[in-house]
Amino acid sequence: MSDSLDPIVAAWADRIRAAAADRIALHVRGGGSKDFYGRSVRGERFDTTDYRGIVAYEPTELVVTVRAGTPLAELEAELAAKGQMLAFEPPHFGSGATVGGAVAAGLSGPRRAAAGALRDFVLGVKLLDGRGEVLRFGGQVMKNVAGYDVSRLMAGSLGTLGVLLEVSLKVLPRPVAEATLRFDLGEAEAIGRLNAWGGRPLPISASAWADGALTVRLSGAEAAVQAALADLGGERVGADEAAAFWLGVREQTLPWFGAGVGGGALWRLSMPSAAAPLKLGGERFMEWGGAQRWLRSTEPAGRIRERAAQLGGHATLFRGGDRSGAVFHPLPAPLLAIHRRLKDAFDPADIFNPGRLHQDF
Amino acid sequence: MPETQVQSDEPLAAEHEADFAAIDKARLIEALARVLPVGALMYDPEDLRPYECDGLTAYRQVPLAVALPHDEEQVVAVLRACHEQGVPVVARGAGTGLSGGALPHDRGVLLSLARFNRILHLDPHSRTAVVQPGVRNLAISEAAAPHGLYYAPDPSSQIACTIGGNVAENAGGVHCLKYGLTVHNLLRVRGVTIEGEIVEIGSHALDSPGYDLLALMTGSEGMLAVVTEVTVKLTPKPVLAQCVLAAFDDVIKAGDAVAAIIAAGIIPAGLEMMDQPATAAVEEFVHAGYPLGAKAILLCESDGTPEEVAEEIARVRAVLEASGATEIRVSGSEAERLKFWAGRKAAFPAAGRISPDYFCMDGTIPRKRLGEMLEAIQAMEGKYGLRCINVFHAGDGNLHPLILFDANRPGETERAEAFGGEILELSVALGGTVTGEHGVGIEKIKQMCSQFASAEIRQFFRVKAAFDPPGLLNPGKAIPTLNRCAEYGRMRVSAGHVPYPDIPRF
Repeated sequence: MSDSLDPIVAAWADRIRAAAADRIALHVRGGGSKDFYGRSVRGERFDTTDYRGIVAYEPTELVVTVRAGTPLAELEAELAAKGQMLAFEPPHFGSGATVGGAVAAGLSGPRRAAAGALRDFVLGVKLLDGRGEVLRFGGQVMKNVAGYDVSRLMAGSLGTLGVLLEVSLKVLPRPVAEATLRFDLGEAEAIGRLNAWGGRPLPISASAWADGALTVRLSGAEAAVQAALADLGGERVGADEAAAFWLGVREQTLPWFGAGVGGGALWRLSMPSAAAPLKLGGERFMEWGGAQRWLRSTEPAGRIRERAAQLGGHATLFRGGDRSGAVFHPLPAPLLAIHRRLKDAFDPADIFNPGRLHQDF
Repeated sequence: MPETQVQSDEPLAAEHEADFAAIDKARLIEALARVLPVGALMYDPEDLRPYECDGLTAYRQVPLAVALPHDEEQVVAVLRACHEQGVPVVARGAGTGLSGGALPHDRGVLLSLARFNRILHLDPHSRTAVVQPGVRNLAISEAAAPHGLYYAPDPSSQIACTIGGNVAENAGGVHCLKYGLTVHNLLRVRGVTIEGEIVEIGSHALDSPGYDLLALMTGSEGMLAVVTEVTVKLTPKPVLAQCVLAAFDDVIKAGDAVAAIIAAGIIPAGLEMMDQPATAAVEEFVHAGYPLGAKAILLCESDGTPEEVAEEIARVRAVLEASGATEIRVSGSEAERLKFWAGRKAAFPAAGRISPDYFCMDGTIPRKRLGEMLEAIQAMEGKYGLRCINVFHAGDGNLHPLILFDANRPGETERAEAFGGEILELSVALGGTVTGEHGVGIEKIKQMCSQFASAEIRQFFRVKAAFDPPGLLNPGKAIPTLNRCAEYGRMRVSAGHVPYPDIPRF
């Protein structure tokens, strides 16, 4: 309760109540590093970066509680100093990325297929809803089934349900050993190999395929990494080159992601890991053991979506293209109705980032 | 100014229990009989009796009818009929839950998913299994075993509990520190809303567009939709598992050793703790060879490749030695590993053997407060004049104190309830939660009031209404109405009868 007396929170609550009364849209925003993501947003700027700082961090609890405006880089540096990390490897996409922004965007990096997504590590949140009320869900412990899991609901909600104040995240120790291997493989062979490896107890922590080369990262106990190196073959990539490569994958700073290549918009296709190659025009980059496929393409959105759905996945217009249309894969009617009611439950006056996730919310 | 708006959208259901007195049983039976085949509908009192409770046997309630649909179409029809007549529906899997989540509603239909017991598809290549909700947890791992795969979450009741129930409760187990809970091992849930709409939540991809409804569904105790199909992730089986048993002459030292293992960057596959009375109780029962002189014992499991396990066990051993362990044993064979675990798994039945009745608590606290909690429980034993034996999922701070009492002695039940209430109150005060893995159900519904403020409780009701606008799915469970927020409740095992006594308990 003492937090509601925090002058920043109190001022924000007042602003939200006033905006709700007057139906004024608020553009809730952290560092703005992911402004490119989602649908274009309207509304008064609501800057969350002033509410920052690590609230509680004890490495032996494997939990950190952070104010949402805390720079992601600051949190990661603090964790690294204690030999720990955010296992979902969140992309920053810019120097100003905040923890709250990372949670709201819900994006995970190269380790996702092995370690889990951002939402898997969210243990608790404190937020301001559209009534200006401070609400707490979840907590700071790993196992907690009291009440609906509203904390994880915030992951990927793009700020449309509330203003995040604090988040509690599970953290993990950094792996003792790491090594990167490269293989010359075509797309279909890479998909086959990655899924076959996925069925064996191998310490694969990341994978990336493009242009006939599959790069695989191993992380874990020294003995496990050494055994896998001997088992898998391939060409060993030097440690520095490997670190730069995986950072480039996470931040999309590799040459492949450069805007000039291939032309067209950047699509993210989330697929069953074993789904066949997309067979769509454009350049392809695959991660997550086959489950995340990037496509730079000028093909019409309808065709890309149709192909993604046919293979059991969905397609997001990640960067570029028409940001005023359906950026995310359309929802079937019964789910859309639930989405509308959830939005209404948290933000009855429809003031938070209206239109960012869907034309209606 | 904005105050009026805040008042206007408060869900009425949040304030008072709904009243279902006006339901017409004959009309309901008639409607259900039209949509269900012969043998799939029961309404004679003697047929309803087996469904009157789940694993929480202290609470019993006979429903108006039991529906046992064969397929999804019949589920849709049952839900539509209940929706039309405003009748509550309680979904049920195997009924092994410990919090009364599947306790029938006395004015409602009990919807058993027992006939949804088929594994529809198992794909070893993509490591997924599509199963019906009535499939037993262990059956999935058994079906996956020939492919070197298994379904990781292993709640103690896994030989009997169903995956649909696991989804409803977000079931855990002893390996969730490393492998996660149910929510981390699901890809997709197909379900039916109270309005009879089929919803596909999640997919065989790793994420889905829109809000994370899969997270909301998991652990929602059957209050948002009725699950008719589940896709789970399968995990490669570790080549080897080995268990370290460590003895300590002081419970605080054992608690500190748990923190030291985590601080060393080790995430064991399992990390369990038992205090001396618990060790004594199970030793008498299963003869696991536990050191009876120890004030506390730790069980620390390591799994992976043989090289990996050898490396981790060496590190664990070093930490335990530095933490003052008086004895360290490493399992030398699979038989010995299972023997180490046998005692831990027998804790609940052992409590049932040494005491006519017991309450099992399920709080979770930050790991560093374990010592404090144990000392407080010791003091409470004196205060309430009752014994308590303690088994913990120490790795994730989940406690199962078992409060021993005899309901036939005047005043003992009340004292045991007060004892349990104080433990749960302390769990919340120490920064934890009233339930780590057993769910709220009916058992801990009042204790939710100590964990959540009224604003959050109202919000839970709004979330429910987004899926179930008329509030007919499992009403009265999991989330207390504001009127109900008054006192604490707890699990009660009656007269020494452990529910499902043949199931190992963690």
